[in-house]
Amino acid sequence: MEITETILRFGLGLLVISLMMGVCMYAVLAERKVSSWIQGRVGPNRTSVPLIGSIPIIGRFLTRLGIFQPLADGGKFLFKEDVVPAHVNKVYYVLAPIIAFIPALVTISVVPMGQYLDAAGELKTLILADVDVGILFIFAFASLGVYSIVLAGWAANSKYPFLGGIRASAQLISYELAMSLSIIPVFMWVNGPGTDGTLSLIRVVEAQSGWWFVFTQPLSALIFLVALFAETNRLPFDMPESETDLVSGYHTEYSSFKFGLFFVGEYANMTVGAAVMSLLFFGGWQPLPGITWAEIAAWSGQPLNVGVLGAILAFGCFAFKTLFFLFLFIWVRWTVPRFRYDQVMRLGWRWLLPLALANVIVYAIVITVLDAGLPSFLQF
Amino acid sequence: MAVKTIERKPLTLAERTYLPQIFGGLIITLRNMLFRKKVTVEYPEERPPIPPGYRGVPTLVMDPDGREKCVSCQLCEFVCPPKAIRITPGGIAEESEYAHVEKAPQEFEIDMLRCIYCGLCQEVCPEEAIFLQTTYSVTGTTRAEFVNNKKKLYEMGGTIPDKHFKWEKKRKAAEHGNAH
Repeated sequence: MEITETILRFGLGLLVISLMMGVCMYAVLAERKVSSWIQGRVGPNRTSVPLIGSIPIIGRFLTRLGIFQPLADGGKFLFKEDVVPAHVNKVYYVLAPIIAFIPALVTISVVPMGQYLDAAGELKTLILADVDVGILFIFAFASLGVYSIVLAGWAANSKYPFLGGIRASAQLISYELAMSLSIIPVFMWVNGPGTDGTLSLIRVVEAQSGWWFVFTQPLSALIFLVALFAETNRLPFDMPESETDLVSGYHTEYSSFKFGLFFVGEYANMTVGAAVMSLLFFGGWQPLPGITWAEIAAWSGQPLNVGVLGAILAFGCFAFKTLFFLFLFIWVRWTVPRFRYDQVMRLGWRWLLPLALANVIVYAIVITVLDAGLPSFLQF
Repeated sequence: MAVKTIERKPLTLAERTYLPQIFGGLIITLRNMLFRKKVTVEYPEERPPIPPGYRGVPTLVMDPDGREKCVSCQLCEFVCPPKAIRITPGGIAEESEYAHVEKAPQEFEIDMLRCIYCGLCQEVCPEEAIFLQTTYSVTGTTRAEFVNNKKKLYEMGGTIPDKHFKWEKKRKAAEHGNAH
């Protein structure tokens, strides 16, 4: 029994990791395709595989869509020459891409992906590790990612990676503050009086069975989204890379598979970020604002929240939102130009941080009033 | 020139938050993505339209009666800036009915690795025998493949219908007794 449980856990872990890798691979493809479409081009549309590619209409359609392109991209990263420049600090040079990659995979393990009732009528959650510190765990591991950039910038021992590393560390530390502060109101609301204190994302989603937090706390959502862009180093906060002024920043000296790890790590971070965004503010697996799957099931008389069907529906809903935010990441990247470094710093410290602080205070007062009523000196 | 100072309006709060602008930009890019016509020409299958006067591969051409127009005057060889043209002068074969009427190149080579597609050869040719065609894609795997010899030049050039009936005039002049 014990061994079966372990194997099952292991299998689930592999499943989630391969799902994550799949999403990352196709996020890269989506990036290329969406950028092409936005710029009036067609994007990668030639790569094909022998059998599937030769099915009359479908094969051609998939080829035109670039469905097989990630295979070619991945193969290229695997088989290119792995250059290690002579002037690098070898240990940290090798360590940096690994550190870039691992936190993203670790954080996905505490992201809940859906809920359903099993045959016994018990509520089950699709999650690898249901830890009660949920969001804190994600933040703690996600901020490890900055070490990869700092290490890469330092170990490469040349000027552009160095500058990129410095910028990245400054930017990530600055926006971490605003990001953490922006979600405090959410957890103040979730942890109402008389409940056990929790930082679990499952509870956050359950608390959004009514209105989603994006409607009740739009400013928190906005600050969190902006900080998320900065934390994942996406345009318009593309400081560490900034191709135009820093060649390509911290991974200038990297090639082949190590570069691939950085690349996939960035998209893995984006995926986790998009997932957390949809869980915190957009109701996770709740289908529509104000409605839950249980209510829909009761209304339609179909077991839409039970068993495999329930799991698929809830996960599909969550996946749809996450993919939308991934698309938003890409969409914004090809719309907004990059900020200057001082603008990024000013936005982080002089706008987002005070705004997030004010947000916490305002919501603290509002939530107190809602829970406990007006204080006596304000009552007439 | 008088300097005209323009009063800049101070930005409104909405403009300073930068968000409406980003939102407007997102709408524009989404519209581009969904509705804009693609500008890509998918090259090997689709070819770009060639404008008139395009300077592609230089070739030799024949007149409508299938005679070679080049008289191996070598002007193109001399004018060619990168010295891509090499002509071995010669005459028309003895068994031809046009022997001794005109000269013709024995061999005519254009090195496409040297050619800069300037079109001076076409411009200088008094016989209108050399023309730049619309072919722009010249490929090969050896240096020798890029040297177009006379046979290949005529194959690529073909016949150009022209209005100069030089041979006809010469024949008529000869019938009237003055050879030139």
